[in-house]
Amino acid sequence: MEPFLNFSVITDNFTYFMIGRFPHGPLGGVGLTLYLAFVSCILSFFGGLILGLLSITRFPLVRYPALAFINLVRGMPLLMVIFWMYFLLPALFGKVAENNTVIMALTLFTSAYMSRIVIAGIEGIPKGQTEAALSTGLKSWQVMLYVVLPQGLRNMIPSFVNQFVSLIKDTSLAFIVGVSELTHVATQINNRTMAFPTEIFIFIAIVYFILCFAFTTLSRWLEQRLSWSKAI
Amino acid sequence: MIIFNGVHKWFKSLHVLNDINLHVTQGEVLVVCGPSGSGKSTLIRTINQLEPINEGSLIVDGNNLSDKKTDINKLRAEIGFVFQQFNLYPHLSVINNITLAPIKIRKIPKAEAEKQAMALLERVGLAEKRDAYPLQLSGGQQQRVAIARGLAMKPRIMLFDEPTSALDPEMIGEVLAVMKDLALSGMTMVVVTHEMGFAREVSHRVVFMDYGVILEEATPEDFFMRPKHERAQQFLRQLLTPMQAGCP
Repeated sequence: MEPFLNFSVITDNFTYFMIGRFPHGPLGGVGLTLYLAFVSCILSFFGGLILGLLSITRFPLVRYPALAFINLVRGMPLLMVIFWMYFLLPALFGKVAENNTVIMALTLFTSAYMSRIVIAGIEGIPKGQTEAALSTGLKSWQVMLYVVLPQGLRNMIPSFVNQFVSLIKDTSLAFIVGVSELTHVATQINNRTMAFPTEIFIFIAIVYFILCFAFTTLSRWLEQRLSWSKAI
Repeated sequence: MIIFNGVHKWFKSLHVLNDINLHVTQGEVLVVCGPSGSGKSTLIRTINQLEPINEGSLIVDGNNLSDKKTDINKLRAEIGFVFQQFNLYPHLSVINNITLAPIKIRKIPKAEAEKQAMALLERVGLAEKRDAYPLQLSGGQQQRVAIARGLAMKPRIMLFDEPTSALDPEMIGEVLAVMKDLALSGMTMVVVTHEMGFAREVSHRVVFMDYGVILEEATPEDFFMRPKHERAQQFLRQLLTPMQAGCP
């Protein structure tokens, strides 16, 4: 009699789940999931920082477009942004690798959320810091660069890690445009073998959980580690 | 040095500064006192435009603050400001707190800036704390570092906004000693404080404010011995003998 669950489908395809056809072909599976999340995270850190700073400048001509963009993106489903990038970018720039359209979509989407973290981080720095720095004659951009941001970014780090965790989960949506990250790999193997959907999807659920839980733990650890009273 | 001419300021409908006329000369030590909410902090904060004024004119070191051509950043560099809450930068060491502005604004080489900063730390008696971080210091030490930071730009005016109000009683003396030393060196100072001992001993003139109005302006002797305005008399009674003043 067949066993209730047969995980041999996992062990047989384990490398494929982890790294796709790498190193003989393109990276896939968990490797690609982490790659997409990591690159998008770095890019959206800068995107969020720039958007956040733009949305609090005193120049309305800069501030309002930035705020409009943030609110527009936050009011859209990620899946739709992925489709947009998938069809829009090639139309604009010719051939663009699917991975990059997904990275672009994730970056745009996450930048909008990161910008809120940046704004909150900046506003969380006591007003006295800005006043003290202004009083010494520093210009407002210098106050931001040397006094407010170094403290603010430090407070933002745990939120950034949380956003990275969201990104790991969000990459699963990339399967819809045929990017072979973990979820896509899972559907591929499922379609090929036909008989083990339960095993396959239990397995990738566990993989996602382990990845996310590891980074959430890291974020909590950082939060304690970076609080001012202890760090100093 | 500092000339207030019919200065008014409102926070929404609250009239926080009402027709302020005041003249601070070079080398003078002026103490501003008054009950809380009297507008004295706002008054001192207008001098380096942390609070802009709404009406009248304010001339600081020859610069009219209402004039659009006045470079406020440049002027602020000439005015040291010491806050009640110290406001040291927690992410920078003591020495970097002091050298930040001289390096970034005056473009002084780092080694030279540190040498000057060490001289200032020497002066406030904290040379051994150069590499400490602000939160490792006591309140009194933090405030002395803040004074050194203010002095690092070689200012022509020093402003103190209740510099000892957030300190434990045993730390007030060390900060006042530094301020007294500074006053004796000829620095132009405006000090908002409740430290009547400092006012009596060090200041040249005392200004008493309430409800945004300057009610009395006198030499320390006159102010403490013969306060003219009734509110000033009441204020001094409360300050000198708080227990009795409460129950007539």
